[in-house]
Amino acid sequence: MSLKGAAYIAGIYEHPTRLAKDISLAQIHAEVARGALADAGLTKNDVDAYFCAGDAPGLGPMSMIEYMGLKVRHADSTDIGGASYVLHVGHAVQAIAAGKCKVALITLAGRPRAEGMATGTVPRSRGGTPTPDEPFEFPYGPTVVNMYGMAAMRHMHEFGTTSEQLAWIKVAASHHAQHNPHALLRDVVTVEEVVNSPMISDPLHRMDCCVITDGGGAIVVVAPEIAKSLNRPKIKVIGTGETIKTQMGGKVDLTYSGARQTGPEAFAMAGVKPSDIKYASIYDSFTITVLMQLEDLGFCEKGKGGAFVSDGNLISGVGKLPFNTDGGGLCSNHPANRGGLTKVLEAVRQARGEAHPKVQVKNADLVLAHGTGGSLGSRHGSSTVILERE
Amino acid sequence: MAQERKLPAPSVSDETRVYWDGASAGKLMVRRCKTCGEAHHYPRAHCPYCFGVDVEWIEASGKGTLYSYSVMRRAPVPYALAYVKLAEGPTMMTNIVDCDFDKLKCDQAVKVVFKATEGGPALPVFTPA
Repeated sequence: MSLKGAAYIAGIYEHPTRLAKDISLAQIHAEVARGALADAGLTKNDVDAYFCAGDAPGLGPMSMIEYMGLKVRHADSTDIGGASYVLHVGHAVQAIAAGKCKVALITLAGRPRAEGMATGTVPRSRGGTPTPDEPFEFPYGPTVVNMYGMAAMRHMHEFGTTSEQLAWIKVAASHHAQHNPHALLRDVVTVEEVVNSPMISDPLHRMDCCVITDGGGAIVVVAPEIAKSLNRPKIKVIGTGETIKTQMGGKVDLTYSGARQTGPEAFAMAGVKPSDIKYASIYDSFTITVLMQLEDLGFCEKGKGGAFVSDGNLISGVGKLPFNTDGGGLCSNHPANRGGLTKVLEAVRQARGEAHPKVQVKNADLVLAHGTGGSLGSRHGSSTVILERE
Repeated sequence: MAQERKLPAPSVSDETRVYWDGASAGKLMVRRCKTCGEAHHYPRAHCPYCFGVDVEWIEASGKGTLYSYSVMRRAPVPYALAYVKLAEGPTMMTNIVDCDFDKLKCDQAVKVVFKATEGGPALPVFTPA
């Protein structure tokens, strides 16, 4: 049976902070939960399912359920890094369709900035029992940036992609971020400024990298009868897809991401095609992440992403595919170093017509959000959702 | 010529001891499945393709090509993280050492060398052939 339209996104909230010095991790989870429930017109007592990932303190969902005082009959803490919350929307749809719950709350929060975490440039061992891959990777110094750097380097080698083309992605995000009062970086930047920013790990410059911010967000997914009872725009989940892409035992291919599987799955479920999509939230940990996902989701041919993103094609009101109109992770917010939840938030704002007027896409009744969590350079989770305004 | 970066010691288990003993003896060891014939990396006690457990150790030629790389400029000693595709098939994560990083190119020929780690077995790394 198809789960197309089995649930709706009724509530969203993004924490306005980007530096959470005086507020605990648990508090941020509760504040965003309160915000998203208020947005939906629901209360805590309506929640019967809770979803979170590794950013939540405690073992899986247990501490947060206790802290917030929730009473649930369904919980899910599947963690695929920053893409978890896009996947959680899909899992919430499945649980609602199966009759396991009616009001699913998804939260994300983090304080990497307040904690002074060296996020992207220092190799980190997880500690404890090493993963089987760790002895064969950690000694070589993999970090977030150089792993994505290797994906970018191979893409450039095989397809002739240039740093200037990647820079257009950051330029487009900055054009959007200027209108977001909460964005960490609100200055419009040029291609020259991006390619002349300091090299972090070849070929990725500082401005090819996302911001490091504190904060969080929440999503409320509800059953159709709940959505109909609420006085909010009805944003229906019509397509979902999830997968894990790995090094495949040594058959490493860095030219594509898991979106190559999740995109076609989500489009098939929704019964629409990439050219139908009016707005796309695309995971933007780095510029290369965006470019590869756009190709893999089918917005352009594999290898043609560089030409596709150039000349403002991703800028709302200018190009053919407006993306990340809140400024995205590249300019606005990447709370907990996990950008998937905020991707869903801006997609819902666009579908509702509640994005900033300067970036709102006209009649954005069909939108997409996609996440990549973990590393494009080794193993990562991918998740896609397609939403339709009813 | 780049400065030498200190290499952390990899943790060794019974499943991977042959690999690390080999590295300390100047040999690059690869696991190959006797059932389906596929070689894989990192080494496992089973084949990740056919899930068979009849996997043998072979000594690799040490020859390969540079699949991709990235030079981490923000480290105290800049270093080149890389994937090298071995002549035997699998692609492995590694470092490229003892060369001018600015002259590296994808698909160039490389060969294995071994570097000491901090208190652990030697680590296979590669250098332009």
